[in-house]
Amino acid sequence: MKLYQSMRMALKSISSSKVRAFLTMLGIIIGVSSVIILVSVGQGTTSQITEQLNGLGTNQLTVNITGRGATTSLTYKEALALGDIEGVENVAPVITGNVTAKHDTDNVSVSVEGITPSYEDVKDFHVQAGRFLLDIDTEYRQKVALIGSGTAEDLFGTDSPVGQKMQLNGISYKIVGLLETKGSSLGGSNDDKILIPISTAERQLQSKGVRSITVATTTADTVTTVKDKLERLLNVKFNNADNAFTVFDSQEMLETVNSTTDTLSMALAGIAGISLFVGGIGIMNIMIVSVNERTREIGIRKAIGAKKFDILAQFMIESIVLSGLGGFIGVGIGVGGSWLLGKYSPLTVSIAWNMVVISFIFSLLIGVIFGMMPANKAARLRPIHALRNE
Amino acid sequence: MSASEPLIQVNNMTHGYKMAGESMTVLKDLSFTIDFGEFVAIIGPSGSGKSTLMNMLGCLDISDEGSYLLDGQEVRKLSDNKLAAIRNEKIGFIFQSFNLLPKLSAAENVELPLIYRGLSHRERKQLAHEALVKVGLEDRMHHRPSELSGGQQQRVAIARAMAGSPPILLADEPTGALDTRTGHEVMQMIQELNKQGHTIILITHDLEIANQAKRIIRIQDGNLVEDRRNAR
Repeated sequence: MKLYQSMRMALKSISSSKVRAFLTMLGIIIGVSSVIILVSVGQGTTSQITEQLNGLGTNQLTVNITGRGATTSLTYKEALALGDIEGVENVAPVITGNVTAKHDTDNVSVSVEGITPSYEDVKDFHVQAGRFLLDIDTEYRQKVALIGSGTAEDLFGTDSPVGQKMQLNGISYKIVGLLETKGSSLGGSNDDKILIPISTAERQLQSKGVRSITVATTTADTVTTVKDKLERLLNVKFNNADNAFTVFDSQEMLETVNSTTDTLSMALAGIAGISLFVGGIGIMNIMIVSVNERTREIGIRKAIGAKKFDILAQFMIESIVLSGLGGFIGVGIGVGGSWLLGKYSPLTVSIAWNMVVISFIFSLLIGVIFGMMPANKAARLRPIHALRNE
Repeated sequence: MSASEPLIQVNNMTHGYKMAGESMTVLKDLSFTIDFGEFVAIIGPSGSGKSTLMNMLGCLDISDEGSYLLDGQEVRKLSDNKLAAIRNEKIGFIFQSFNLLPKLSAAENVELPLIYRGLSHRERKQLAHEALVKVGLEDRMHHRPSELSGGQQQRVAIARAMAGSPPILLADEPTGALDTRTGHEVMQMIQELNKQGHTIILITHDLEIANQAKRIIRIQDGNLVEDRRNAR
């Protein structure tokens, strides 16, 4: 009852000087909205990276060979031999290159991967129409190809590409399958590429040997042990040369990325937190001014029977309403700004609802903490001194 | 609470201030009593200590020495919050400069002490309305002080003082800021309140105003120099 009255009085005194109230709240508004936007952008980026890394598969290792001296690659057989390591389920050696793909008058520069049939299981990448490559294609260097959905659209529009012909650097290939649409992952688009048998690719790309091998382990838990064994084996092969190869582990990468983005998010939130704190000082400042200006009012209220608590509550509520209102506006700007950023900028934004709640509560707390001193000052004024003040 | 006991009993009240390192005694060993229903004027020139005495009687301040029994209760031993409650329930203040809150309407100003008393919304509205009707301002209830004349403002202040029916009305130079005619009106209103049973303590330096009271206490240099009944 009394609290409701104090609330009304606080709102009245705030609304009687709107510009001042707004300027006072500005610090809180900027603080809260920047906390929300910064953390939302940080979370969005993290989840995007996580998604991409998970798209690479959690039980996979990617071996990249840069080689040493004359040995710059593994032979196809050596690559397949990696499949004998304990804990390895499957191996997909890949040769990569770029070609110009042509159909009728349309042509497009696209990346080509020479693969084995095991690619389908290891990369979990299937066809949506037609068939996948078979062992027999590899064995007889068949000029057959699988086409990514993006490239298919570029070359064939809405027509079905399966069964059609196209030229890769002038050499005619028959398209036997259309790959499913996968979107992008770390390392580029999965849909703008052409897959051909690895043996065919060696000739097409005039490249001997395998430089990239994706290794699938039996379970996600064995990734680390398999990685150790792979590295030992390859070290023997390349005589312990530095930088002859890298073994990329998406899980490890994920942890690194997460810890980096977490640190970054904390730092950003910290900076925004400081601006909230500064906003709190602004509130305290204006509350002290307000108490000084209204000394006489306090005296009158005390003379006609306001207790210490009544005055304390009045000024505390005023300060909490100021900071709470500022927090509320800040939440609005923060959520709205995050949404706009997500919609109209290349950034991936995932609105941090936990931060919305935390920063709003934090802004209320700031009102309590920074209102305490001025309100207490008001409550302790002696009525005769306050009344004498003109 | 019995009517036989005096409402106000001041015994050997002494009070001093320190100013610029020099201490000076403003009230010197004052003793007097005021009964229920009296109309007392406390007069004295400025600097005589009458304002300090008013602060003491109004429970706004506590004297250094002596005792002050209000309605049988020793005021000097009470906490700040208890004093606030006493001011709220037993004393209605009427100030020279009205002391209305400029942002509140007349009705809200009158309600203010009732809010601090913890009355319900309905009771407050009703009491405030009654008080404003009594001072003849029922058509000005929702005006702010700045929209009222000085006399009207003082009438709002009187309504505020008596809305909660406190036994004592403490008026400090209530006509000081008003012209003669409106001052006269205000004094008539105070007379009327006394007839209705309110105990009135009027602090003034104006003998003509003081003469309208039934009893005059004269203060000079902190001493009580005269206490007489006014045979009007």
